[in-house]
Amino acid sequence: MSARIPILKVGRVLIVPIQVDMDDQTAIQLQERILTELERTGARGVLIDISLLEMVDSFIGRMLSDIAAMSRIMDARTVVVGMQPAVAITLVELGLELKGVETVLNVDEGFKLLRDEFDGADEEYAYRGLGAIGKQDNRT
Amino acid sequence: MESKTIALEDAQDIVVARNQVRSIAAALGFRAIDQTRLATVASELARNVIKYAQRGRLIAQPTESAEGRQALRLIFEDRGPGIPDIAAAMSDGFSTGRGLGFGLPGSRRLVDEFKIESEVGRGTRVTVLRWKA
Ligand SMILES: Nc1ncnc2c1ncn2[C@@H]1O[C@H](COP(=O)(O)OP(=O)(O)OP(=O)(O)O)[C@@H](O)[C@H]1O
Ligand SMILES: [Mg+2]
Repeated sequence: MSARIPILKVGRVLIVPIQVDMDDQTAIQLQERILTELERTGARGVLIDISLLEMVDSFIGRMLSDIAAMSRIMDARTVVVGMQPAVAITLVELGLELKGVETVLNVDEGFKLLRDEFDGADEEYAYRGLGAIGKQDNRT
Repeated sequence: MESKTIALEDAQDIVVARNQVRSIAAALGFRAIDQTRLATVASELARNVIKYAQRGRLIAQPTESAEGRQALRLIFEDRGPGIPDIAAAMSDGFSTGRGLGFGLPGSRRLVDEFKIESEVGRGTRVTVLRWKA
């Protein structure tokens, strides 16, 4: 019934914009699809954008915790971005802590967090690139 | 505004229930945060009906105090197995269904009035009410 939620790959990050009110089955399928994509692509980060979600109940809350836990096992970091204030307040009152889930205000901050995570690898990559250019420069 | 009955027959009706409750709350002029609270309660309690009793219904009942203060009452009814130990079911983290066990106690924290009636073998009725701020 609900539309398929896209999983986009940008560099080493999977971006998952949740734009529909998910029924339980869609939530379970999304979780499985994210794990499959992590395996297939070797992505190091998962950015789940929930800014359009008007409600997070215990079911969706648990899905977010599970994705974070499973991605960690696969050496990837999950960041949930854009939780509406009313949703955050309601989650606290419900008593759900969203264990192990990192939340940030917007997609930019989510990327910043994930970039920090990859910094070492990024530098290594940049360093090799520069090295190659340097050699070329020497030849000319 | 009239009462509205929503059939709870399958998992898709959980989505219907929370969306209907939100729009009723919005039409009654509840603040956005209270719309979210009521929609979340509807999602939790409708899921319990589907999960433990397979089917039941939700009655959304706008109501008013003698002084003209508005409220929304939600009644979740089923003829499922009932709850043998209500005190246990109402405590944080208790679940017979491998859930987190926050549906009932969490919902109670999101409303102003909360009542649960249950008889083993006969069914369960959870009634909640939230006043308009
Ligand atoms: N309508 C119902 N009929 C029969 N038993 C119920 C019903 N609602 C709740 N229960 C019982 O009460 C327990 C607690 O319910 P609660 O909603 O708090 O947690 P849960 O459904 O187990 O987990 P969660 O809602 O966090 O996923 C349930 O595990 C179940 O045993
Ligand atoms: Mg429950």
